[in-house]
Amino acid sequence: MARKGRGIPEINAGSMADIAFLLLVFFLVTTTMDIPTGLQVALPPLTDVPPPDSKQKQREVLEVLVNSADQLLVEKEILTVDKLKDKTKRHLTNEGKDPTLSSTSTKAIVSLKNDRGTSYDMYVQVYNELTAAYNEVRDEYSMSRFGVEYGKLRKESEIEEVKKKYPKKLSEAEPVSIGKK
Amino acid sequence: MSKFKKGKGKESAPINTSALPDIVFMLLFFFMVATKMRDKEMMVKTQLPQATEVEKLEKKSRLYYIFCGPPLKPEVYGTTPRIQLDDAFATVDDIQQFITLQNSKKDEDEVKYMTTSLKADKTVKMGIITDIKQELRKVNALKLSYTAAKELRED
Repeated sequence: MARKGRGIPEINAGSMADIAFLLLVFFLVTTTMDIPTGLQVALPPLTDVPPPDSKQKQREVLEVLVNSADQLLVEKEILTVDKLKDKTKRHLTNEGKDPTLSSTSTKAIVSLKNDRGTSYDMYVQVYNELTAAYNEVRDEYSMSRFGVEYGKLRKESEIEEVKKKYPKKLSEAEPVSIGKK
Repeated sequence: MSKFKKGKGKESAPINTSALPDIVFMLLFFFMVATKMRDKEMMVKTQLPQATEVEKLEKKSRLYYIFCGPPLKPEVYGTTPRIQLDDAFATVDDIQQFITLQNSKKDEDEVKYMTTSLKADKTVKMGIITDIKQELRKVNALKLSYTAAKELRED
């Protein structure tokens, strides 16, 4: 094999792998895999005006209380977290059947009150169950009405209709600190 | 002619490694695409709670991070849960300033899309979380996300 004198000499690619490994290790060390996920919450704006005296009838409100020992009290009865979703769903989809639960879904309110000593884990679990209840009733309504899940609705008007039927009225009590002015 | 020729036959052919860079580059690109940069040094422990109804957060550039949890070095900082903003410990009173400062760096019309990602440890009490929420409401940063790990519902 007679090589022409003028040809470009072959580039030695033996260290290419080393360079690539170096880059690879750099990226492995400096990056993380997890995509952040979380429970989305819309906080109510802060106003100086005290909220108007609730004219909501007692039956429209599902009262959820969590105490500092992470115990759950729903409508004055002790409940475990795994039963909370069903209870909330019953409240939302009651439509006046049970006199202790909401009269219509559009008026139904869930009121969540927690203690300053409640653990964050418990709070997230409770919040998650309440969100799950809302998501499921919306899904079910959307399925029966449009044949697809709520999350898969594309038309703005359809989304609005489901939202109007089951508005997410999840109110959190203004924090009160006992013993402080 | 020597009967005991050295080398030939006994020595196996060298492994062709010319495809090695290609393989490594492929791995490299996979990791570049599938991961994101770790940009904050954690000062507090945040073992996230689990939830089933989590949603993926939108663009990373539209997130503010607030960390809350017991310090990672309890021998130096104690065990009381602390708040971390950026790379340093902070108090509840610093949150307003932090958000305002961050908002001022953004476009005006982008500010309303900003979400605050609250990464808090499971063991933290709600008192401190409530305080953080109140501070966020004071600066009108109303979109909040309780960062939680995805958990599948078993039923």
